[in-house]
Amino acid sequence: MSVLFDEPGPKARRRIRVATVLGVLAAVALAVLAVRQFAANGQLDAARWQPYATWPMWRYLLTGLWSTFLAAIVSAALSMAFGLVLALGRLSHRRWIRLPAAAYVEVVRVVPALLLVYVVLFALPRYGLDLPLFWKLVVPLTASNAAAFAEIFRAGINSVERGQTEAGLAVGLTPLQTMRLVVLPQAARRVLPSIVSQSVGLLKDTSLGFVVSYGELLYSGKVLAAYNGLLIQTYLVVALVYLAVNVSLSKLARTLEARQPVTFRRRTARA
Amino acid sequence: MSVLLDHLPELWQGLIVTFQLTAASFAGAAVLGALVCALRVSPVRVLRAIGTAYVESFQNLPLLVLLVLAFFGLPEIGVKAEPLVTAIVVIAVYEAAYVGEALRSGVNSVGKGQGEAARAIGLTFGQSLRHVVLPQALRTVVQPLGNIFIATTMNTALAAAVGVVDLTAAANRVNLVEAQPIPIFVGAGLAYALIAAAVGFATGRLERKLVILR
Repeated sequence: MSVLFDEPGPKARRRIRVATVLGVLAAVALAVLAVRQFAANGQLDAARWQPYATWPMWRYLLTGLWSTFLAAIVSAALSMAFGLVLALGRLSHRRWIRLPAAAYVEVVRVVPALLLVYVVLFALPRYGLDLPLFWKLVVPLTASNAAAFAEIFRAGINSVERGQTEAGLAVGLTPLQTMRLVVLPQAARRVLPSIVSQSVGLLKDTSLGFVVSYGELLYSGKVLAAYNGLLIQTYLVVALVYLAVNVSLSKLARTLEARQPVTFRRRTARA
Repeated sequence: MSVLLDHLPELWQGLIVTFQLTAASFAGAAVLGALVCALRVSPVRVLRAIGTAYVESFQNLPLLVLLVLAFFGLPEIGVKAEPLVTAIVVIAVYEAAYVGEALRSGVNSVGKGQGEAARAIGLTFGQSLRHVVLPQALRTVVQPLGNIFIATTMNTALAAAVGVVDLTAAANRVNLVEAQPIPIFVGAGLAYALIAAAVGFATGRLERKLVILR
C-alpha cells in the first residue's frame, strides 16, 4: 500500500471498519451542528434562499464571474509576457540586465498583492496617474504575478538540457534564435502544469477586486448582499462558484501533469 | 524618510499585529495541517476522502472570500469573535490545506522499503513512524514549509481588507494622513521582504544542517 502500512490483516480490517464508522459519524455530527446553527438563527427560512433560485440574482453574479474571468485572462496574459522577459533577463549574461531582473523578482515575490493594490489605489493618483477601475485591479496583479511566472519560466528553461543550446549554437543559430526555436518550445511544454496552477492562484487573487470596487465576483456578492441583506447566503453562493471554477482548473493542471513524462516532472518540480 | 519616523508607533503596532497574525496562524496551520496529512495518508477510505475534500476546498477558495465569509457571514448564524482571532482562525484553516499537502509529499518521499524494513524488524506503527519515517520525511519538508510560512506572512495582509489593522492597513492609514506614498509603501514593502529574507535564510541553514548525503 504505502510506506506506512502493509495489506491489512483481519484485525486491521476491523479497525478500519471502526474508523470508517467514526469518521462518518464525525462528519454527520459537524453537518448537523452547522444546520442547527443556521436554523437557530433563522437563516434556513425558504425566503432567505429563494432569491438564489431566481435568474436575475444569478445573472448578476454571472456578470461578476465574467468580469473575474476578464481580469484574470488579461492579467495572466500580461504577467506571462512580463514574466518571460524577466526570466530571460535573469538568465542574461549581461550583469546590468541580470541584476535588476533578479531584484524585481526577489522583492515583488514577497510583497503582499494587497500592498501593491493600495499603491495603485492611493499612491499613483497622487502622481497624476488615475487608472480606470479595471486596470487598478489588473496592474497590481500583473506586477505581482509576473514575478511568480518569471520563476516558473526560469525553472523550465533551466530544465532543458545544455546540449540543446549547444546543438542550436553549433548549427549556426544566434543565441536569440536558439532560445526562441530550440529551448523555449521545450521549456513551455514542461512548465504548462505549473502555469495552469499559478493561473488558478491569479484567479483567486482577482477577488482583490473587493478592495478596488471593481465589479468582479466577490465585489458583486458584496453589492448584492448590501442590497438584499442575505449576507451568509450570498457569500456562500459566491464561495461555491469560486470553488466550482477553480476545482475544474486545478483538475486540468493535474491532467496536464499526469501526461508529462516522469523525467520532466522531477526536473521542473516547483521552484 | 521622516514620515516613517513620525509615525513609527502606528507602523510598529501594525508590524506587531502582522507578526501575531503570522505566528499564531502558522502555528494553528501546522497543527491542523498535521491532522489533515494524517487523514490523507490513513488506510481508511472515508478519512482519506474527508482529508481530500478539505484540501481541495481550501486550496481552491480565495482567502479573501473566506475572510469575508467569516467576518460578515458567520455573525449571521451567531458565530462571532474578535477580528484578530477570526482572522487568525481563517488564515490557519486556509494555510492548513497547504501545510497538509507539503507534509504528505514529505511522507510519500520516504522510500517504501524503509517502512517495510521497519516493520520487518518488529517496530510497532508508532515506533516506525517516530524512528524511521518522520525523521526522513521532516527533512524534506523544511524548504516547502518555509515557503508556506512566507506565503502566510503575505496572506496576513488580506486581513487589512476586512478591517484588521496590520502593517498593510497601518501603512495605508499613515499614507491617507500624510499623503507621502513612496516612503511609506516602500518601507512597508521592505519590512515584508525582510521577514521573507530572514525566513528564507533560516530554512536554508536548517536544511543544510539536516541534509543527508546519500
